[in-house]
Amino acid sequence: MTDASKPKKEIKPKKNPMPAQDPVERARNFNEVALGYSREAVIDEANRCLQCKKEPCRQGCPVEVDIPAFIRLAAAGDFAGAIAKIKEKNALPAVCGRVCPQENQCEKYCTLGKKHEPVGIGRIERFCADWELATGVKVPEVAPPTGKRVAVVGSGPAGLTCAADLAKLGHEVTVFEALHVAGGVLMYGIPEFRLPKAVVQAEVENLKKLGVKIEVNSVVGKFTTVDALMEEEGFDAVFIGTGAGLPYFMNIPGENSCGVYSANEFLTRTNLMKAYMFPDWDTPIKIGKKVAVLGGGNVAMDAARTALRLGAEESWIVYRRSHTELPARKEEVEHAEEEGVKFAFLTSPVEILSNDDGWVTGMKCIKYELGEPDASGRRRPVPIEGSEYIMDVDTVVVAIGQGPNPLVPRTTKGLELTKKGNIVADLETGATSKPGVFAGGDVVTGAATVILAMGAGRTAAKSIHEYLMNK
Amino acid sequence: MFKILEKQVFSPIIKQFVIEAPKVAKSCKAGQFVILRIHEEGERIPLTIADYDREKGTITIVFQEVGKTTTQLGQMEAGDYIKDFVGPLGEPSHIEKFDGPVVVVGGGVGIAPVHPIARDLKAAGNHVIGIIGARSGDLLFWEDKMREACSELLVTTDDGSYVRKGFVTDVLKEVIEERGKDNIPMVLAIGPQPMMRAVCNLTKEYGIKTIVSLNALMVDGTGMCGCCRVSVGGATKFVCVDGPEFDGHEVDWLELGRRGAYFRPEEQRAMEHHQCKCGSGCGGAK
Repeated sequence: MTDASKPKKEIKPKKNPMPAQDPVERARNFNEVALGYSREAVIDEANRCLQCKKEPCRQGCPVEVDIPAFIRLAAAGDFAGAIAKIKEKNALPAVCGRVCPQENQCEKYCTLGKKHEPVGIGRIERFCADWELATGVKVPEVAPPTGKRVAVVGSGPAGLTCAADLAKLGHEVTVFEALHVAGGVLMYGIPEFRLPKAVVQAEVENLKKLGVKIEVNSVVGKFTTVDALMEEEGFDAVFIGTGAGLPYFMNIPGENSCGVYSANEFLTRTNLMKAYMFPDWDTPIKIGKKVAVLGGGNVAMDAARTALRLGAEESWIVYRRSHTELPARKEEVEHAEEEGVKFAFLTSPVEILSNDDGWVTGMKCIKYELGEPDASGRRRPVPIEGSEYIMDVDTVVVAIGQGPNPLVPRTTKGLELTKKGNIVADLETGATSKPGVFAGGDVVTGAATVILAMGAGRTAAKSIHEYLMNK
Repeated sequence: MFKILEKQVFSPIIKQFVIEAPKVAKSCKAGQFVILRIHEEGERIPLTIADYDREKGTITIVFQEVGKTTTQLGQMEAGDYIKDFVGPLGEPSHIEKFDGPVVVVGGGVGIAPVHPIARDLKAAGNHVIGIIGARSGDLLFWEDKMREACSELLVTTDDGSYVRKGFVTDVLKEVIEERGKDNIPMVLAIGPQPMMRAVCNLTKEYGIKTIVSLNALMVDGTGMCGCCRVSVGGATKFVCVDGPEFDGHEVDWLELGRRGAYFRPEEQRAMEHHQCKCGSGCGGAK
């Protein structure tokens, strides 16, 4: 409050708590963990906002949502107004309200957060988006047709955002998706209990209402190429948002044993193919008694929590650094801990052991200690000689990261790539080395977050629009 | 949705479909495969492309009923629709003009994917010796199509119920002995894993380069999940994007067989569950 004439508002130091399923109960079901605010709670939370003049929260948002404005509307109970304000900039608010790392973005800069807990911006966003999905979605206005056609390759967060922005500007957009359903990592990677798939599909349906065409079962790089889309199919520009769909393995002996999954396989079977509903759904997944998940990122937390829900008696995170260095979001680590996921820190496998039938029976591990900080600023793990021991596990999930899927980069002529195979694109514009071809999201940056991919999709949409209108 | 235009029943468990899939038909090449999903709750299964018609926009698949999905597929009829059908996936067969006759071997349902490769090898100017075999005569199909695709065709059955008795490896051995091992630059074999392995064991003795098309468990089929990984020459490869064809002498067959069998108890359970629901098995008693 800067207006002296107004009475000074009493500040509540803490966020309204997010109602959640009981940890013991939820660790055995796939229902959403966070249940969402009530109407009273969201209005109360929105009223915690100081509506300060500097609006520092806005600089933390990769898609530049006018945060104070939507919170002001929500505080007044005008949720229709609030969601309309959000959707001026964000095509997937129900997704972002759930999976954005707000603590590192908008909420990190919140003025209230300097002395107290910041405003629960993400929670308010989620309420507004869910309110709209429940009451009926209003289709935003679409500009008159420009006659320009854009192909978007990949229907993950980057592709969907780019498609929505371009459609609103009046361009004819077709999204090509390799899998049988749109959404990319939102469908195959992020678990149902963090992001219900019905929410993702509702957002996808909203995009279709903008006129976006989505062609599933369409692997660009196989049935056609980026070059053919432009030269033969008449697309004026292409956006590549194919994500980080190449699983990395440890390259240790025994890694091809039965019972070793990449996190991508483990999560795709469970989320996209709904293996947790086997045999009513056809795709199986096998879960042992004791599961080891290798890695310490968000994907590792998702896999470890999924393992519990699939019926594992013990689910372990095996990570070669310590708790402090875990790259996963704090909230995800806390959720995992509450649910009973166990942690073996300063530990890394050197070999996966198997029985005569090739099935995993254990993992030979070595202990580490932390040395001097490395290039990433984190203390370098150093193996302790002679510390090898056998960890008794029967399922291993490798969650040490993903690289860019090479199908599109490899089949596109004149596209500059990095050593790791990522597409080289100007981060300010999304432009690649190939005229008319833009790229963004994990395929450019390496595995990152949903909202950063959305930001890249939005940036690219802006420059694709400029490119098309000047063409 | 992808329409089944024609259905042909070769045996109670081997069936052929012609499917309307213009996108796949437009760009597919011999050696590539598709992934299909019958219905919303279905699993994704890979099937190698047996034939295609670019003008009509159709793909031909031949499959053997081995599990729930293929059994359900076999119950579908012309006019029905398959929910999802994606391709072409995998790398095409390597086609070149070899120095000397090449031998293509198709065992059982593997005869189907051999067909377009044989046709392309012949079109590239090769003398193609085809060997096809099945357990018995009633399981053999496409003899006429293969005769057309190859320069010469040899037929055998395990039980001797048609043409002759013997495994495809017996016939292959005779061909190699007759032509001389140094005169055959390449053998390609597709069929059940034990058959491909037996072919590789034989050709390894003679030192003849042998290509096999592997069938592994897959989910996405685009290199994303790594379910189909296999050791080839000591390196891990993904069958879906690096294959499906590999140098058979370098494949770790033991590992491939084990990984392929990993979900066998679940496959059995799915089959029982299906029979319970459809009434063909236990009448819903379970």
